[in-house]
Amino acid sequence: MRRFTLIALPYLWLLGLFLVPFLIVLKISLSDLNLSIPPYMPQLDISAGWSGLMEFFSELDFENFVWLTEDDLYWKAYLSSLKIAVVATFLTLLVGYPVAYGMARAPSEWRPTLMMLVILPFWSSFLIRVYSWMGILSNEGFLNQFLLWTGIISEPLQIMNTTTAVYIGIVYTYLPFMILPIYSALEKMDDSLLEAAEDLGCSRLKAFWLITFPLSRAGMIAGCFLVFIPSIGEFVIPSLLGGSDTLMIGKVLWEEFFNNRDWPVASAVAVVLLMILVIPIILFQRNEQKQREAEG
Amino acid sequence: MAANGASVFAPWDDPDQTPLIRFENVTKRFGDFTAIDNLSLDIYAREFFALLGPSGCGKTTMMRMLAGFETPTEGKIYIGGQDMGPIAPNQRPVNMMFQSYALFPHLSVYENIAFGLRRDGQPKDKIEARVEDMLRMVRLQKFAKRKPHQISGGQRQRVALARSLAKEPKLLLLDEPLGALDAKLREDTQFELMDIQEKTGTTFVIVTHDQEEAMTVASRIAVMDEGRIMQVATPDRIYEFPENAYVADFIGDVNLIEGTATPSGEDEVTITWAENQQPIRAKTQRKLATGQKVFYAIRPEKVGISKEEPTDVVNKAKGRILDIAYLGNLSTYHVQMPTGEIIKAQSANTRRIARRPFTWEEEVWVSWNGTGGSVLED
Amino acid sequence: MRRFSWFNVTSLTLGFAFLYVPMLILVIYSFNDSKLVTVWAGFSTKWYGELFQNQAFLDAAWVTLRVAVMSSTIATVLGTMAAYTMVRAGRFYGRTLFSGMIYAPLVMPEVITGLSLLLLFIGIGLDRGVVTVVLAHTTFAMCYVSVVVSSRLVSFDKSLEEAALDLGCTPFQAFRLVTLPIIAPAVISGWLLAFTLSLDDLVIASFTAGPSATTLPIKIFSSVRLGVSPEINALSTIMIGIVASGVILFSLISKRNIARAEADARAAERT
Repeated sequence: MRRFTLIALPYLWLLGLFLVPFLIVLKISLSDLNLSIPPYMPQLDISAGWSGLMEFFSELDFENFVWLTEDDLYWKAYLSSLKIAVVATFLTLLVGYPVAYGMARAPSEWRPTLMMLVILPFWSSFLIRVYSWMGILSNEGFLNQFLLWTGIISEPLQIMNTTTAVYIGIVYTYLPFMILPIYSALEKMDDSLLEAAEDLGCSRLKAFWLITFPLSRAGMIAGCFLVFIPSIGEFVIPSLLGGSDTLMIGKVLWEEFFNNRDWPVASAVAVVLLMILVIPIILFQRNEQKQREAEG
Repeated sequence: MAANGASVFAPWDDPDQTPLIRFENVTKRFGDFTAIDNLSLDIYAREFFALLGPSGCGKTTMMRMLAGFETPTEGKIYIGGQDMGPIAPNQRPVNMMFQSYALFPHLSVYENIAFGLRRDGQPKDKIEARVEDMLRMVRLQKFAKRKPHQISGGQRQRVALARSLAKEPKLLLLDEPLGALDAKLREDTQFELMDIQEKTGTTFVIVTHDQEEAMTVASRIAVMDEGRIMQVATPDRIYEFPENAYVADFIGDVNLIEGTATPSGEDEVTITWAENQQPIRAKTQRKLATGQKVFYAIRPEKVGISKEEPTDVVNKAKGRILDIAYLGNLSTYHVQMPTGEIIKAQSANTRRIARRPFTWEEEVWVSWNGTGGSVLED
Repeated sequence: MRRFSWFNVTSLTLGFAFLYVPMLILVIYSFNDSKLVTVWAGFSTKWYGELFQNQAFLDAAWVTLRVAVMSSTIATVLGTMAAYTMVRAGRFYGRTLFSGMIYAPLVMPEVITGLSLLLLFIGIGLDRGVVTVVLAHTTFAMCYVSVVVSSRLVSFDKSLEEAALDLGCTPFQAFRLVTLPIIAPAVISGWLLAFTLSLDDLVIASFTAGPSATTLPIKIFSSVRLGVSPEINALSTIMIGIVASGVILFSLISKRNIARAEADARAAERT
């Protein structure tokens, strides 16, 4: 009996507040826009019994999904989100790898401190971390002041409200997610492997490419997924740092819902976004699984 | 056994031979810690040379200096007459078999063995042929495509050996090569190592803390302690004629008896060692002063044990049996003298245990002849 | 024996500068006298004064704190139960679905979680306010808690529980007297994680809060959309300060506990 309560309580909670809401989204995405509150049709009328149910299902259709393909705003937003996520993930990898490598090669008494320094930003507010770049990237911001002072540029650069600013924001906020898995892969590596490679005739650089780099591959893949998956649906970064031409699907969904009050289309956008995300999530799970098997 | 003292292979006794490896007054310090202390040593081509000592004695540092992972603080190391100082690890004619094996986990057995050959840019077919040879030598042809984590510990050890031999190094370094194997496999592998060493004609330098392993495989052994070499000799000389108390104590079981020397004739000395005991008479080449403090080392198996006083031996003492360690084929008796010293004597158990001649608390005689032990200076 | 190479020092310095300089600038300029946030005009704490005069911010902070305490506490209880279920309960009907529901919210875009919960609350006619935000935050936070706690439970020696049962405990007593004290550090970290996630959340709160329960992130977001403001810098500094000292304190305590345990072990060996 106790065992039953133990399982049932979190189970029911998640059913009611995770699965059911998602089914509602799915259902609304198949509904039509209505000008009342709630602004969609049809409503399920339980009292009408079987015929009500039949009627309910007959009125559901894929109109909103058709609409997503017809209006180029949506597929452009999906493509642009994908592009931004891919580029930002790659940039994060470029920034994160040397840091993770430096940490893994640091004297062991330094490593806990370095680790803490990487994790600490993760605990402080995401919103504030994004906000901190607004003062740096704006036209009269610190970056432009600095560049003007050094004489590299004579006119302030327009970085704020561009896609570049979004890249910077994503790299900055998700960097710890990239560093940690790469670090843990590099840290596990046995030093004698590099010595063996040198002993067998490799130069230091060659040993890095032939041994260290391939052995950190699983860490890199994990890090890339951990950055890529949340950046696709990102809302805060494009809306604070991006401009009107920065199209990201999270922002589109938000606007469709709050500004246009078109709930069925917003739901359809959400369903498609999730379908896009399923692929990288499954690939990520596979990578983790393979990793565990290789270690186990 | 082939490599041991009985064979004619003894380049270290031939003054015309030039050594393959020469350590010349090498000192290595890590900060304040002196790992190697002004050490000189010659190792000859085709030797199977063992560096033996407890952990922290500097044997691993010696090996890492040969491989090029450490550079001497002072002194020089020559391999084949060439000063190794400025030469990077990847340029040396030396390969190493790591204690952890250091097999590349992302590469197959085949690719691991081919790794060093590919770095030399040899033609593909030559590499293939060489790897096949190596696989055959270590009997792993069937496992060429496996990854290191898909084979057993003993197989991994053989892959590591094949990989380090693939480039035909002048010198192969083996760092505790059998440390990770269980006892039975270890013994088999020791003989396999000797076999391969003889077949390939490569010079092997092995680092080990296991004296039995060193005795089994090596042509010569250097016993090390605290960065210095205590003795370099063939296994039988190390065992039979240790040069100092450290070596005598480190290799095998020994009775170390402290006493005062009085020279008593040609190559002979008497040692007073305990009250009311007849002094030990021993043969020695050493020139000792009267009254000098010495150690007399004698192996337990050279000490006889009997109920009646023996008449035909030079050295004897009477005591009481304190302890008996039954080892199956042998028994070791700990015999206590009236003055407290304990002398260990060993005898073969040719009879069943019930008919064992001696028992606890019994009064017995221990005895040995004049050439059985060694006289060591303090 | 490892030392820093110049390459590693450079990459670490640049990397950590990138991580910390933006926040450092934010903190420094919260003490700027000028209204212009990018021009230094002398030291002043006047923005902190103005911040504490601003009733809207104080209200939002109070709402956020209440939501965070409530949701993280419920999430810790539910998350620990879920973790215990996943690690210990063995097979039960719908286990795959259950583990799916625990892991899915971790990767679900916040906009979707927020949207779906809002549609649920409207569908069942629940008025939006503090309660709905607490329900929403609890739901995703419990998944994080359950991941943290189950990673500790996996490495936990099951025979300790069996020993407690053998000595006459009921299963509940065994959990309370043996399991819980041992996994307590993970449960506390889980609570802290849930708490900061709730403090931090903008998107889900925006969907589920409604006008009566404006949380601090919602308030900050709506004001920074218009640009950088020194008041927000001051607020950010306070939040960064609280989190940093909290995390450092927590790690110092756990480090001291580890050191003490090691010292005890050494002392025990000597006697």
